[in-house]
Amino acid sequence: MMSEFEALERFLRTDPRDVGCAEALAILHVYADLIAAGLDAAARYPGVTVHLAACGPCGEDFAGLLAAVASEQPGS
Amino acid sequence: MEPGRPASQELDEESAGWLRRLAAGDGSERAAAERDLHGTLVRIALAEVRRRAASSPVTGPELDDLAHQAAADAMVAILAKLADFRGESRFTTWAYRFVILEVSAKLGRHYWRQPLVALDAGEWERLPGRLGLDPAQHMATKGVLAEVRRVVDDELTAHQRRIFTAIVVDGIPLDALAARLDMQRNAIYKVIFDARRKIRGALVAKGYLDEPDLGDDE
Repeated sequence: MMSEFEALERFLRTDPRDVGCAEALAILHVYADLIAAGLDAAARYPGVTVHLAACGPCGEDFAGLLAAVASEQPGS
Repeated sequence: MEPGRPASQELDEESAGWLRRLAAGDGSERAAAERDLHGTLVRIALAEVRRRAASSPVTGPELDDLAHQAAADAMVAILAKLADFRGESRFTTWAYRFVILEVSAKLGRHYWRQPLVALDAGEWERLPGRLGLDPAQHMATKGVLAEVRRVVDDELTAHQRRIFTAIVVDGIPLDALAARLDMQRNAIYKVIFDARRKIRGALVAKGYLDEPDLGDDE
């Protein structure tokens, strides 16, 4: 890999496991509960993990949902 | 498609309680549950708009108004889809998803009140910075940029080119573009995803990038 194009490489890299926004958002609540429970959501839904890392808006929605779930925890 | 979509689960006590109260035959019990749920959704929506405030086009009281609207719209959607809840998560997590997505969609629509860049602006001179390229530093950058432009002009349809230009070249937020073009977020993401693969393939073919995506299925 040519290091001078690192940012470009990152932008262009695609992963065929990426499930896309619709599939990721459809089970975002399930994924968030697994994460909140300390379970390995990435092992169960690898394509969702890939998507949330690649898609800014879906990643932001996931961060918001996780924050909402965390706000229910005692002491938050 | 991700395998192993969650099956219906036995409800935890709290989730069962929400469902029982929201579907209660006793009108006063149901109304109380709806008030409780609405109050919770408003709390979550307010927290979410504040969490996103730094990158939001909306500020001040308008941000609170947006949160209240998001909570109200989420409430309507949740009550309409109550029968769809299968217990694969806690009820509250399922409900919060609605309000978070409402906040996203509403912020996307608000972008156009004071857009940082107009739709179809096509500010291609900004592309090097957006892709982390500096023509002054690397001789090959000019060729890379020309190849990116060639793929966009020659290998994308007019519709795909418009979306790529808006998102990648002009930096319009994806949800804002989705709202403006009345498209689903997923459809826009797919256009960008496919364009990235085409551009990568072209840059590899021209020798600007060294190797294909190892995980790519092309």
